Parts: sequence; structure tokens; C-alpha cells
Amino acid sequence: MSKRRGEEEKRRKGEKETISSSPLLFISSSKMFALLAGLLVLALLLAIFLGSEKLSFFELTESQAAILYDIRLPRVLLGACVGASLAVAGAGLQSLLRNPLAEPYLLGVSNGAALGTMLAFVFFSQFEFARPIFAFAGASLATFTVYRMAKSRAGMNVERLVLSGVIVTTFLSSIIVLLTSLLDAAKLRSFTFWLLGDLSQATLNGFYLTFVAVIIGTIILSSQARALNLMMIGERDAFDFGVEVKRVRMIVFALASVLVGSSVAASGSVGYVGLIVPHLIRLMIGSDNRLVIPFSAISGATFVVLADTVARVAIAPRELPVGAITALIGAPMFIYLLRKS
Amino acid sequence: MLEVQNISINYGICAVVQDVSFALRSGKIIALLGANGAGKTTLLKSLNGGLPIAKGAILLDEKELKDYSRREIAQKIAVIAQETETKFPVSVLEFVLAGRFAQGTAFGWETANDLQIAVECLRQCDLANYEARQMNQLSGGERQRVVLARALATQAKILLLDEPTANLDLAHQALMFRLIKEKCLSEEASAVLITHDLNLASEFADEIILLKNGKLAAKGAPEAVLTEENLSEVFGVKVLLDENPVSRRRRVTTIY
Repeated sequence: MSKRRGEEEKRRKGEKETISSSPLLFISSSKMFALLAGLLVLALLLAIFLGSEKLSFFELTESQAAILYDIRLPRVLLGACVGASLAVAGAGLQSLLRNPLAEPYLLGVSNGAALGTMLAFVFFSQFEFARPIFAFAGASLATFTVYRMAKSRAGMNVERLVLSGVIVTTFLSSIIVLLTSLLDAAKLRSFTFWLLGDLSQATLNGFYLTFVAVIIGTIILSSQARALNLMMIGERDAFDFGVEVKRVRMIVFALASVLVGSSVAASGSVGYVGLIVPHLIRLMIGSDNRLVIPFSAISGATFVVLADTVARVAIAPRELPVGAITALIGAPMFIYLLRKS
Repeated sequence: MLEVQNISINYGICAVVQDVSFALRSGKIIALLGANGAGKTTLLKSLNGGLPIAKGAILLDEKELKDYSRREIAQKIAVIAQETETKFPVSVLEFVLAGRFAQGTAFGWETANDLQIAVECLRQCDLANYEARQMNQLSGGERQRVVLARALATQAKILLLDEPTANLDLAHQALMFRLIKEKCLSEEASAVLITHDLNLASEFADEIILLKNGKLAAKGAPEAVLTEENLSEVFGVKVLLDENPVSRRRRVTTIY
């Protein structure tokens, strides 16, 4: 009898082990986190010292120091914050909308923020902080519109959500194009770059703002992670099992708007980050948002920092917008995910 | 205890449930019967605040349902709805642990106790060793049992079940009802159950509520409600009534 109980206990323990480990990688989640954080540090170092002007790790001339502190460091740090913001916003929206294709760029949230930024730029260019505020307002409006369009009495399916996103995106794009006609030719090129997602205009102020946004956003969203786990299964289920569905929805929409707004105001619409990163993270560690959200933050940062390094060195001394690189990777992935769903 | 007082529920201008009253006492099982579209699911959804009621009141332990928070309601009432489809890879254990949400904090992680309860509930539902399996790889019947395990894991005293046996084979139908019955008898739990199986209702329910077009057609003990007149009025079919020789409960046979 006691032997049987011993066996039973052993079996139980075995079960618990399978619980904490990830489905694909047979290492614990804390080791996984350390690994991803290590990757981020490596990516940051690589990005800082690599570029059209190669910097030495030990000795810098005065002009090199200027490049490092005034240009490259703000750009790399901003890239990290933008990547983290977009990945976290993507992870949150996907769980909320129960759709692995929900992504700030595809849902028109980024374009809403871009339009807001442009309006601030054209009409309130003397106030630097008007841009993120307008970007936030634009992002919120776009999020809300897409949500209302996609939701029908029968619920919300993948196609309807993606279509609503496309419609809102193209509508906002046409307004953006109209607005660009108000710009002079010199500004037009930098604006086109910016629209595609561009980190070359990075400033320390932009970095500070996105940094604060991403830290606060990730913490608050993580606080809703368990509720989001239930929402991911189904809104009805979440409601039945004690989630204040409407409140969680408002929090996620507001946070996504803040995260996307602050990053778009600083760097334009870098696409597909919110699609690629959370998807890869889920492949590695499963769907638990308490892990997916912080892990996405770290890996989103790594991803954009690396993508921007490629954008800087691929055809040096000329540069590509970072959004072109992320879209190059993201678009095929979108097709793959769409086929899978 | 759940007390439903003269409630009406509307979809737009259309009244789906009208003037329905009943009381669910601890230890009891109520079966909700009626034709398709009679308002059974609507009524059931309103019982945990899932649908707003236009008239009347629902009292949960002598306090109005609308004065509770979602979390408080979920601690007292668990729901077994028709199965849901998940787009994300969710393991069986994660799914069942969702039932522990109302007992924990949103931020926090499940405790060892939560884990133990979840594993035990899975075992009760004949799903031992299913923890690491993915929900979308299970058969319909297995998923339905996971849904039951999740509801049991809440340790709520009131169960609301919407056609819980829809996908289950005979053995697992019996298992499910034994579990629910045992829970009602031993833990003073109670259940409201929608089913189309009249004999199942007769065997397991203490009370049957018969709905027709959203109105109460009959209410009472199975023998009193499962009569030829009632069944012919509500379902429009002829039936043969006799006694189950084993359980001594009323048995209904449809005459085709």
C-alpha cells in the first residue's frame, strides 16, 4: 500500500515538472529569461559598436565620442524601447482579441498614431510634447474604431478583424498622404522614411518618454496577465470565471495606445514587431501571458535593435528605414499565421 | 442559495424569458427543460449575471446578484457552457487552473494548493495524466470533461450546466452526473442543468422546470412535471410514461 502511495507521489511530481517546463525548450522559464536578457545585452553592444563608423571598445576620438553619445546611443536605446513597446502591445492585443494576427501595425493602431503625430507636427510643431499626446489620441481612436467594426453580434472572427484593420489603415493612410502634400520637398523624404518606421531621428527625449511608457505599460499589462489568460480562452469563459471583462479590455486598449503612441511618435510605424515577437515567444514557452508579456518586452527590444543594425549597415553609408527590415521578415510570417488559422 | 424572483429577460424588444421564478436550495439539482429556443440558455446565462434582467431580481445568498463583483460571483457560481474553441495553444492544466482565478489575485501565480486541486479535479473527471496535453488536440468528449474539471476546480457551491453531456459517451455521461450528484450531496452544492434528455433529468434532478416560449410551463418534482399533457404541450410529441425498474423513477419513451 505504502509502496503504491510512493509511486503515486512520484507520478505527481513528474506531472509538476512537465507543468513548469516549456513545450519546446526543456529549460526552465527563469533560465530562458536570463538567456533572452543576455541576447538583448549582446544586441545592444553589437548595435552600439557596429555602423558606418566603426567604434572601438577602448579608445574613442572626440568625433567618435560624439557619434556614440549623441547619435548612436539614443538611437539604439530608443530602438530597444520601441521594440519592447510594440511587442508588448501586440501580445496584449492578441490575447484580448483571441487572435494571433492582431498587431498594432495591421490593426491600424500604428497608422492612427502616425496621423496624430503628423497633425501635431503640421499644426503644433512648436510643442515637442504635442506629438506623443496626439499619437496616443490617434492610436486610441483607431483601436476603438477597429474593435467596433470587427465586433458583430455573432462575435469577432479573424477575417473580420483583419479586414477592419485594413480598412482603417488605408483610410488613415490616405489622410496621411493628403497631409504630406502640405509639407515641403525637403521634409518629405524624412517623412516618408519616418512613415515606414525610422530610428535615425532618435533623440534622448524621445527615448526617455518611450522608456517610461514601456516600463509602466509592461508592469500594468503584466498585472492583468492572469485575467488575459482567461480572456484568451474566451470572453464568455473569462466573465464566468470572475474576470471584469470590460475593465480588462479598457486597460489593454489604453495601454496598447500609450505604447504604440509613444513609439510611433518617436520612430514612425515599425511594422510586424508585435506579430513576430509574441509568436516566437509562445512557440518557446507556451501561451501563459505572465511569461509571454515580459519575455516579449525583452525580445522585442532585441529584435528591433538587431533589425536597425541591419538597416544601418546593409547598404552603408546609406541607410534603410528599420520598418522595411521588420516588414521583410514579418509579412511572410503573417501569411504563414493566416494559413495556419 | 439562489433565488430567482419573477425575472424577465429581453433581447432588444423581444422578451425571451418572462416572469420566471424558482429557488435553488443547497443539495438540490434543478433540470431546465424545453424546446429549442424556449429561453433555457438565456435563463441560465442570467443566473450568474451574464445577461441583464429587465424585470425581477436574482438573489444569491440573500443578496442581489448585481451587488456582487464578478470575482465574488465566480467564487460562488461555476459555469459549464458548451465547449469553447481556443486559438492559442493552451494546456489542459492551464485551462483547469483558470477555474482558480477567482480564488487568487490577478497578478499572482497559482499556489501549490491550486495545482493540487486542479490535478485532483482532472483525476475525478477521468483525465489523470492529461495535464500537459494541449486543449486543441483533445476530442470533443475529452474537452467537455476538462470543462467540467475546471468548473469543479472553482469549488463553487452552485453549478450552472448547459447541456454538459452533449459530446460525452455513455460511460462519461454517467460519470459526470455521478460527480455532480455526489458534490451536491456531500458538499451541499447545487446545480441548474439544461438537458434534452428527459430521462436523465428524471433520474438526477430533484426539481424540473419546463419552459415554453420563455414562460414557465410547469415546475415541480419529476413525476409531477413529466406528464403526458405537459410534454405534449411543450414538445408536441406523444410519449409513453412508465417506471424505471431499477431507480423507480419516471421513465419517458417517445412514440414516433
